Amino acid sequence: MSRNRRLKLQIFRVAVFLVLGAFFLLPIGAMFEFSTRGVTDTAPRTLNAWLTIGQTPDLVAAILASLGLAVLTSLGMLLLLVPTMIWIRLRLPYLTRAMEFLCLLPLTIPAIVLVAGLAPIYLWMNLNINDSILTLAFVYLILVLPFAYRALFTGLAAIDVKTLAEAARSLGANWGTVMLRVIVPNMSVAILNACLLSVAVVLGEFTIANLLNYVNLQVAIALLGRANATVSIAVAVASLLFAFILLVILSFAGRPRARVHLEDTGLPYPGAAGGGLR
Amino acid sequence: MTTAVAAAGVGTATRAGVEIRLENLRRRYGAVTALDGLTLTLAPGELVALLGPSGCGKTTALRLLAGLEEADGGRVVIGGHDVTGLPANKRDTGMVFQAYSLFPHMTAWENVAFGLQMRKIGAADRRRRAIETLELVGLGGFANRYAHQMSGGQQQRVALARALAIRPKVLLLDEPLSALDAKVRVRLRDEIRRVQLDVGITTLFVTHDQEEALAIADRVGVMQSGRLEQVGPPTTIYSRPATPFVAEFVGLTNRLPGIVRGGQVEVRGTSLPLVQPDAADGAAVALVRPEAVTFASDNETAAGPLVGTVIAVAFLGATSRVTVDLGDITVLAQLATSEAAAHPAGTRVRLALRPDAVLIARETTGATSA
Repeated sequence: MSRNRRLKLQIFRVAVFLVLGAFFLLPIGAMFEFSTRGVTDTAPRTLNAWLTIGQTPDLVAAILASLGLAVLTSLGMLLLLVPTMIWIRLRLPYLTRAMEFLCLLPLTIPAIVLVAGLAPIYLWMNLNINDSILTLAFVYLILVLPFAYRALFTGLAAIDVKTLAEAARSLGANWGTVMLRVIVPNMSVAILNACLLSVAVVLGEFTIANLLNYVNLQVAIALLGRANATVSIAVAVASLLFAFILLVILSFAGRPRARVHLEDTGLPYPGAAGGGLR
Repeated sequence: MTTAVAAAGVGTATRAGVEIRLENLRRRYGAVTALDGLTLTLAPGELVALLGPSGCGKTTALRLLAGLEEADGGRVVIGGHDVTGLPANKRDTGMVFQAYSLFPHMTAWENVAFGLQMRKIGAADRRRRAIETLELVGLGGFANRYAHQMSGGQQQRVALARALAIRPKVLLLDEPLSALDAKVRVRLRDEIRRVQLDVGITTLFVTHDQEEALAIADRVGVMQSGRLEQVGPPTTIYSRPATPFVAEFVGLTNRLPGIVRGGQVEVRGTSLPLVQPDAADGAAVALVRPEAVTFASDNETAAGPLVGTVIAVAFLGATSRVTVDLGDITVLAQLATSEAAAHPAGTRVRLALRPDAVLIARETTGATSA
């Protein structure tokens, strides 16, 4: 590649980065700017709206509820999808298409239709079992299925599940060990991606919670927006930042772990010489 | 190396080996019969290679022995115990797969130690045994490497160490060399044989590579369509094949038309003894090895049933393969390169057939060199 061409490519990359960066950051910057405005146009900037977040009990409860829902939904999704997908890949490959169809189905069902079907069930649950907002985790589990399925499917496709499982079985591992010790660690990035997508869907969900009369983060932001616009925008920015920080944390957590060196185990470390069969 | 074996305890535990019996194993996949009553016994410490074309059932046999698949019928007996109903993790087998099967998130020594951990061996002991077994396969210095930091040959050696570290009753090798390049394949093949002899473990080796099977095995079983065509030492398989399929699958074979008469077959004026001397008289096709075809020492090349023209000479190293057109058929002859060099393409030659026993096939059409 000529130097000229390389330079042009570099300029193109930077331009794309700047345009996309502006596309994402400008609205957030505008929101932040709005959330720090004073009471009047001439009043100095203030962080009052941000400080008010912690002093609004309903908002804090909604944030905690949404975080709880995110955790429950992610756990439920992992418990439901990971073993099922691994088992289908190993033992029931002819069910792959059916599984994919089922998991992608929620994409085609509008939230309002979902609520129409679920409302009687939630009414019965509220009267007979529990009316906690955390029961929304069941319906959120359905919502996150398409996203989580695709993320996990990609992770499973990247490894030779059958051979790894058979190798572990021949070494004496039972099916539980095969999944937890052999397959899952090799699809950890996919699992983290699935969790991240699930958390993002749950934290951003408004329609179903609102229609079923639950106050989650987005419903609380909407309600607050009617009373105090700057606080509601501050919460919206905070939730975006939270998602961003979560993404960064998950990205780092998804990296391969540090190598376990024999030096650390106290065993004599064999010399560098060894088989040179390459 | 023996020291390493003893230190690892791999050899001492399994040196005697155990007998393996596959009895009348049957397996179908829908309408396809993968195994049709396979019966095979492996003597303690023996290495048997199952050889055959793709789809002949050799890998199915190995997987049934490993417990990775269930048989429709028959029995698997390891060391006198019927293990037919046992799952793979209870069978005490070590297996090396065709595909690279190291756990990518573990280092080499962690891979080797995995099976030991499944057997509840203490942490210090399993680390020590893992390292010692890695040294057995010559990879002591690679203990801390991940699979992606090793070559294919190294990965398969770690896989071999992993299979041996658990001191299994039987070692199963499912085409472990097929993903490697030719040079590494030969070296690793010899390495596997050395380790197998050191450890003395009963081993079933599955391959479609005849050279590999003949070079490494105590006995070779040639399979076709889910059945064993012949089992025997490599020399027997090669020089006295039991069926036309074995003759043609193992090594190159010339198919020469002839007439069976009184326990001999007459091929273009030369009488050859038969592997099956009770064959009925009549027209037949004699299966003649290229090594049994030589150039006659005289210069009578004007005419005759074995006079023809050299049309190609393929250099193979110490030997060369010469293709001779006899008019109605072409014949392959494998000769010393020096002799072949004296007869370049276009040379008229007269062939001679060594009186090695040959096998006959009954179909008489399409007789050409294989």
